[in-house]
Amino acid sequence: MNSTDTSTQEASSRRWRNALVLSGLVGLLLASFASLTGDWASLFSLEALKMMSTLVVSFFPPAMDAPFLKKIGIAFVETLAISWLGTLLAMLAGIVLALPAAGYWGTAWRAPVRFLLNVLRAIPELVWAAILVIAAGLGPFPGTLALALHTTGVLGRLFAESLENASPEPMAALRRNGVSPVPAFCYGTLPLITPQLTSYSLYRWENNIRAASVLGVAGAGGLGQMLYFHLSLLQYPETGTILLAMIVLVALVDWLSNRLRNQLMA
Amino acid sequence: MSAIPSRTAWRDPAWNGRVTMAVIFLALLLPVGYFAEFNPLVLFEASSLRAAKQFLSTFIPPAHSAEFLKLAAEATWKTVAIATVGIFFALMIAIPLSLAANQSLSISMIGVNRMCFFCHSLRYAIRWLLIGLRSIPELVWALLFVRAVGLGDTAGVMAIALTYGGMLGKVFMEIFESAEAEPTRALLRNGAGRLQAFFYGALPACLPELVSYTVYRWECAIRASVIMGFVGAGGLGQQMELSMRMLAGGEVFTFLAIFVLLVWIADLISKALRRTLD
Repeated sequence: MNSTDTSTQEASSRRWRNALVLSGLVGLLLASFASLTGDWASLFSLEALKMMSTLVVSFFPPAMDAPFLKKIGIAFVETLAISWLGTLLAMLAGIVLALPAAGYWGTAWRAPVRFLLNVLRAIPELVWAAILVIAAGLGPFPGTLALALHTTGVLGRLFAESLENASPEPMAALRRNGVSPVPAFCYGTLPLITPQLTSYSLYRWENNIRAASVLGVAGAGGLGQMLYFHLSLLQYPETGTILLAMIVLVALVDWLSNRLRNQLMA
Repeated sequence: MSAIPSRTAWRDPAWNGRVTMAVIFLALLLPVGYFAEFNPLVLFEASSLRAAKQFLSTFIPPAHSAEFLKLAAEATWKTVAIATVGIFFALMIAIPLSLAANQSLSISMIGVNRMCFFCHSLRYAIRWLLIGLRSIPELVWALLFVRAVGLGDTAGVMAIALTYGGMLGKVFMEIFESAEAEPTRALLRNGAGRLQAFFYGALPACLPELVSYTVYRWECAIRASVIMGFVGAGGLGQQMELSMRMLAGGEVFTFLAIFVLLVWIADLISKALRRTLD
């Protein structure tokens, strides 16, 4: 009797909570609609459809002359290079910062380094790129640094978590037997977390290829910069080709990472 | 008792492999560095040091006049509103499309256990449409929509609606497919309509996952709507871009702080919402 009472009470309190959450969400949605100036009815009108289709049609036929394709090829490789180098730098910095964040350098370092990692992570690549372009000028280099900064925040936190979850025993055993700290870490703890480090880094690389292709919008090189340039000059056929190259890049990465993941699972 | 190993046996057995990998890696690094124009010295040239110092020195004090804070608050709310309305439209795209692509809702499969050719290809076409929508980054959609509908919130809303519509649709489809198909099939076999079969067969099992993924994507959309502001799609990002152009560091600093705070709050809300679901 008592147990049914509490369960009905629980059910009714849960119903209240759900109703509260739901009405909160509806309220948020209505307030959002009210504060935006968009004319939503016209978005779904025939005219909007016509406008979109003329925009799409203007991309065709895409520009396919050889010099332009060569430029796209270079931007394609540049995008890959930015993402690769950015991820690599972030891996190195991530490991170095994960050590204090996981408490390896003593407790005093822990909180400030975690705060730093959170700030690095919270600011998106594009914002970093916009700031770095001011310091390092236009081109792929600020893009690489921007990716590296944001990814350091992401990877550093993930690495710190895997460091904390790794068993301390192997390293402690080596230390007890007189091995100095750095080799003890390299041979005791590092092998334990290498699989996780690699899979996190590969996953971030996949993300970063996609991010690198749009970073250029802030002037940081690669396909994005070309897109912004040609779109600003209203050269739609060229824009069409660049969009095509972006889609190919993303599809390629998706396909590769799917294959890799299936292989790792098998 | 084994003998004490000789000095050579103490060496790392994987040493040769490690050295080979390291050499290959370093050899790859050179062309990559060339293409990324990697040159840290640029950062320490007098001109860039001066530019960075000038910009950074304006960071302190952060802009905090009442007028500016009001502007920032309005921009922040705009950002949240763009993300929310965008996710709403994304759901409007994702729910019907993912239902249409759902194989276990096939009527033609009843009895024969094979789908008719037309229905099968239609489901595949929708699947490809969803994948296509999400493969173009939201920032690129935003750039295109800014051309089509002009500067402002509408471009941001549409960009989020399309990209996230694709993302949500694809994941919804996967959730429906991984759910047990038998309840839905049984309902369909016994004469229930498609929607009835879906609401009573698959939805109860899938709902928590669907909602929690949507909430997670809402959080991502807030971040995305700030970024899209940089190409003129309204909200916090657009104001931040303007301040950066004017090299008004104090304003940039305040915007960055607001942005970090906003992301943090969205993260907290989405975590709390997802916890109530479990």
